Amino acid sequence: MRRREALAKLTGRERYVDDLPLDDFLWGMTVRSPAPRGRVTAIRFGTDIAWPEFVVVDHRDIPGPNVVALIEQDQPVLAAGYVRHVHEPVLLLAHPSREALRRAARSIEVVVAPEPPALDFRAPPGPAEIQYGTDNVLKRLQIVKGDVERALARAAVVVSGTYETGAQEHVYLEPQGMIASFEGAVLVVKGSMQCPYYVLKALQHALAREEALVRVIQTPTGGGFGGKEEFPSHIALHAALLALKSGRPVKLIYDRGEDMAATTKRHPALVRHRTGLGRDGRLLAQDIEVVIDGGAYVTLSPVVLSRAIIHAAGPYACDHVRISGRAMFTNAVPFGAFRGFGAPQSQFAGERHMDVIARTLGMDAVELRRINLLADGQSTATGQVIQDGTDRLAVMERALELSRYREKQRGHAAFNATHATLRRGSGLATFYHGAGFTGGGEVALQSRVRVAGRPDGRIEVLSANIEMGQGTLTVFTELAAARLGVAPEDVTVAEADTARVPNSGPTVASRTTMIVGGLLERAADDLRRRVGLDDTARGAAVQQAIRRWHREHPGEPLVGEAAYERPPGIAWDDTTYRGDAYGAFAWAAYVAEVEVDLRTCATRVIDFVAVQEVGKVLNPTLAKGQVQGGVVQGIGWALMEECKWREGAMANNQLTNYLIPTSDDVPSVRVAFLENPYPHGAGGAKGLGELPIDGPAPAIANAVARATGADPRAIPLTPEKLMELLEIADFGLRIADSAP
Amino acid sequence: MNVLLPGSLPEALDMLASDGAAIPIAGGTDLLVHWPVRVDAHDRTYVDLSRLDALKPLSWTADELVLGGLTTYWDVIRDARAAQEFPLLGNAARQVGAIQIQARGTWAGNIVNASPAADGVPVLMAYDAVVVLESRRGREQVPLDRFYSGYKEMRRHPDQLVVEIRIPRRPYSYQVFEKVGGRRAQAIAKVGLAVTRSGAGWRVVAASVAPTIRRCPAVERLLETGTAIASPEALLPAVARDVAPIDDIRSSARYRTHVMARLLYHDLRDFWGKRG
Ligand SMILES: Cc1cc2nc3c(=O)[nH]c(=O)nc-3n(C[C@H](O)[C@H](O)[C@H](O)COP(=O)(O)OP(=O)(O)OC[C@H]3O[C@@H](n4cnc5c(N)ncnc54)[C@H](O)[C@@H]3O)c2cc1C
Repeated sequence: MRRREALAKLTGRERYVDDLPLDDFLWGMTVRSPAPRGRVTAIRFGTDIAWPEFVVVDHRDIPGPNVVALIEQDQPVLAAGYVRHVHEPVLLLAHPSREALRRAARSIEVVVAPEPPALDFRAPPGPAEIQYGTDNVLKRLQIVKGDVERALARAAVVVSGTYETGAQEHVYLEPQGMIASFEGAVLVVKGSMQCPYYVLKALQHALAREEALVRVIQTPTGGGFGGKEEFPSHIALHAALLALKSGRPVKLIYDRGEDMAATTKRHPALVRHRTGLGRDGRLLAQDIEVVIDGGAYVTLSPVVLSRAIIHAAGPYACDHVRISGRAMFTNAVPFGAFRGFGAPQSQFAGERHMDVIARTLGMDAVELRRINLLADGQSTATGQVIQDGTDRLAVMERALELSRYREKQRGHAAFNATHATLRRGSGLATFYHGAGFTGGGEVALQSRVRVAGRPDGRIEVLSANIEMGQGTLTVFTELAAARLGVAPEDVTVAEADTARVPNSGPTVASRTTMIVGGLLERAADDLRRRVGLDDTARGAAVQQAIRRWHREHPGEPLVGEAAYERPPGIAWDDTTYRGDAYGAFAWAAYVAEVEVDLRTCATRVIDFVAVQEVGKVLNPTLAKGQVQGGVVQGIGWALMEECKWREGAMANNQLTNYLIPTSDDVPSVRVAFLENPYPHGAGGAKGLGELPIDGPAPAIANAVARATGADPRAIPLTPEKLMELLEIADFGLRIADSAP
Repeated sequence: MNVLLPGSLPEALDMLASDGAAIPIAGGTDLLVHWPVRVDAHDRTYVDLSRLDALKPLSWTADELVLGGLTTYWDVIRDARAAQEFPLLGNAARQVGAIQIQARGTWAGNIVNASPAADGVPVLMAYDAVVVLESRRGREQVPLDRFYSGYKEMRRHPDQLVVEIRIPRRPYSYQVFEKVGGRRAQAIAKVGLAVTRSGAGWRVVAASVAPTIRRCPAVERLLETGTAIASPEALLPAVARDVAPIDDIRSSARYRTHVMARLLYHDLRDFWGKRG
C-alpha cells in the first residue's frame, strides 16, 4: 500500500503548523537566560521600542502552578527570578510583526547575578555547584544479578574500559511550533508533537483548566525522533499564556537556530565496564557503571537511565551482573527523549567493549559474540528469561554472510598492506532493543483505542498516536483493513484531536505498531461484535452490518473499543529492578565497512548491512525505511554530529556547523529481516523504530579500530579526534618496534 | 530594507557612488544567510545587480579566460573549454554548496565575501587571476593574490564593482584542488588547497588556515628548489611560515596544520626532491 500522506508531502501540499491559515493573530517569541545559573536581578527593556504595542508575559501571569508537569514537577514554565541554564525561558513577547518582535527581543537585557554552574557531569561537583539533593544526582538505579565481585575475583581475565558518547540533535526537518487560540471558552492548541495527551496534561496543570476547556490537536509533524515527546508542552504553554493575556491567536514557531539551541538533545553518557572472562572468552561477570548528563531539570532522565542500564549488558548470557546508573544534574540545557532513549549510549559502550575484549584476549570478535549470545532459556541482566524462539546466532550469521565479512577481512589485509594513505576494515555489533514502555509502564498508561463504524459503512480509527514520517497512518490503515477484511480506501485515521480521540498513550518507545496496533485490532473485533458478528466476519458482511446498525440506531455513534492488558506471564518488580523489562525484544546484527583516509583522518562508511528480527514485518517498505533512516542517524552520531558546548548550551546551533550526513556520506544500506511473529503484537509485529539507532555507532567504531589499529573509546569520532588516536597508535607501534 | 535596481552598469556605478554605504547584491547566497535574524542588515541599502546582463557571460580571448562580474559557478561547470583548460575551476565549483547554490552563487561574490574558507578563490588564485574593479572613477586591475590585506579586508572601495576576473591561459603540467570538510558535500572547508605548476612556476594556495586565502611562498620555494622532503612532518616548518590556522568551531589549528602538510606531501610526492 502506498503511504497515505506521501503525495501531500511530496507535492508540498501538506500543511504544517506554520502553514495553517490564521487571521488576526500575534507572533510569539521567547526571551531567554544568557547565563547558566544565577538570580535574575533585573530585566532591562530597550528604550527605542514602542512597548505598549507588545504583549509581555512573565511567570506572574501563569494561572496555576509554574510547572511543566512531567515525571517530577521541577521545571518552571517561565523562570521565576532564578535561572538554571542558558536559554531558560524568562519572558514571552507577542506582536503582529515578527520583525518588530525580533528587534524588541534583542533590546531586552536579562541581568543575572552569576553563581558557579555545574558543567561536567563526569566529575564530582564542587560544594558550590551542588544544586540537587546532596550530590547533584537526579536519579540512581541498580540492577543486580548473582554476585559480581566474587565472580570477578575468580575470573581468569578481567578487562576494563571507559566509553563516552556525545549529545545529538534530532534535526527533524520541521522545527517546533504551536498555535494557541480560543473557541469560545475552550483553549485550542495545535502544533507539531508526538504526544497530544502530554501537552493536554501540561496545559491543564499550569493553566489550572479543566480538561473540557482544553483541546490539543496534532498538526502534520515533520519528524520527531523523541524531540517532540516532552518539549512541545513548553511551547504550547508559552503560546497559550500569550493567547490568554492578549485574547488573540498566537503563533510561536522556532527557527532552526532557536530550536537547536533551546530544545533537548540526546543525553551524553559515560560508561565504565569491568568484565570477568574465562580463557575461552565466556562472560563470567559484568560490572557496569552508566552515568548520563541530565541537564538542569529532571525531564525524562530517570526513564532514559532505566532503559540505558537495562540494555547495558547487551544480548549476552552472564550469571553475575551489576549495573549501576546515575543521571546527573548539570546546568546544561536539559537533555531529553531521543530515539533509542539511553540504549544507544549503553550499547555503544557494550559493543565497543566486546571488541576491546576480543583484542585483549587475542580472540576473533565474531567468535566472542557467538559463544556469549543469549540462547533461549537463558536470562538477561534483570532475570528476564528469553524464550521467544528467535535464533540470534542466525541473525548474526546472516549479517556476516550478506556483508561477506570473512572474505572482506582478507581483502582488507591486502588492501591495507599496499595502499599508502587509505585503510579499510569491517566492524560488527550485535544488539537488542526492548519495545514498548519499560516494566509496568504500559500498564500504568492504560491506553485505549477506538474503531468506529460510520453510517456509510466506512471505518475510522481513533487514537492519539501520530504520524511523524514513520508511517503510523499507513500501518493503522493496513491493520484495520486486514482485521475487518475491508479495502484500505474504506479506512480513515482520525486527526489526533484530544476532543475526539482516546488516550492511547504517547507515540514513543517503538510502541505504536506493536502495542497500539494490537489495541486497534482488538477494538476492531469489538466493533464487529457490537454489530452482532463474530471474529470470522469480513469485508462486505461487516460493512453491511455497520450500515444496518446505523439504520436501526439513527444518530448514535457506533464505536468498538479496547484497553491495554498486560500479556500473560509477564512480571516486573520496579523496586528491585528484576523481572520482565519488556514484553519483547527485537534482535539485530549490523556490519559496517569503513575506509579511513590517513591524510585527513576522515572516516567514510563504504558499506553497511543491517539484519534484524522484529517479529512479523507488516510493511516492508516502511520497515526498511526505518532501518535505513536509523543507520544514517547512527552514522551521523558516530562520526560527525558534535554539539560544541559553551556554558552548557550548544554553540554550533546551525546546520552549517552541526553536520549531519548528506546522501554522499551514506553508503547503500542493505537491510534484511528474519521473521518470528510475536503473539502479542499487532499482526505479529515487535517494535522496530528505535532498534536501528543502537547498532551503527559501535559497528563503525569497531571497523575503524580494525582498519587503523586505533582504539576509539568515544564518539563522535571526528577526524580531529581520530588524528590524535592514530598518533597514539603510531607511537605505540614505534615503541613496540624498538622493543628488544 | 531598501533595494535599488539598476538597469545598466553605469547606473549601478552611479548608485554606488552617490550612496557611499550601499551594498551590491549578486546571487545573494552569502548576503542572505540567516537573513531573518540579522535585523541590523535590514536597514541597509542594496544595489541588486541582477539586471546587468553584460556582466553575466564568461568569454575567451586569445590569451585569457574572462569571467564576468555575475558569472556563476554553474556557468563555468557547463563550459567544456573551461573544464579542459582550467579543470580546477569546475572541480571547485562542483564542491560549492549544492546545485542550487552553484546556480546562483557568483565567482565575484565569492571573492568579495572574502571568507578565508571560500572554495572559488583558491583555484582562481592558483591560476593567477586578476580582479578588475570599476567605479565612476575608472578601472583598476588587482592580482587576486594581492587583493586581500587582512580578515575580510581587501583592496576594493565601496563604490567599486568587480566587473571581470581575468585568468591567463597557460599550459599547466600539474594541478590539484583539495577541499577537506566535515562531510563529503555541503561543507565549509576546514582546509583547502589549490596547487598548480606552469611555465610561471609553482602556485600553492591555502584556504581556511589563515585570516585570508593566501599563497604559500615557503612551500612554493621548496618545490622550486627541489628540496628533499621525506615526510609530512618535514613540511611543517614551511607550512608554519606560510599559514596561521586557528582553533574554531569547525576544527583545530593542529588538525589544519597537519592535514595541510599531509595533503601537500602525498599529492606532490613525485615532485619533492629526493634525499641524497
Ligand atoms: C547553503 C550554502 C552553501 C554554500 N557553500 C559554499 C561552499 O561550499 N563554498 C564556498 O566558497 N561558498 C559557499 N557558500 C557561500 C556563497 O554561495 C559563495 O561565496 C558565493 O560565491 C557568493 O556569491 P553570490 O553571488 O551569492 O554573492 P552575494 O551574497 O550576492 O554577495 C557576497 C558579497 O560579495 C559582494 N558582491 C557580489 N558581487 C559583487 C560584485 N560584482 N562586485 C562587488 N561586490 C560584489 C556583496 O556585496 C557581498 O558582500 C554557500 C552558501 C550557502 C547559502
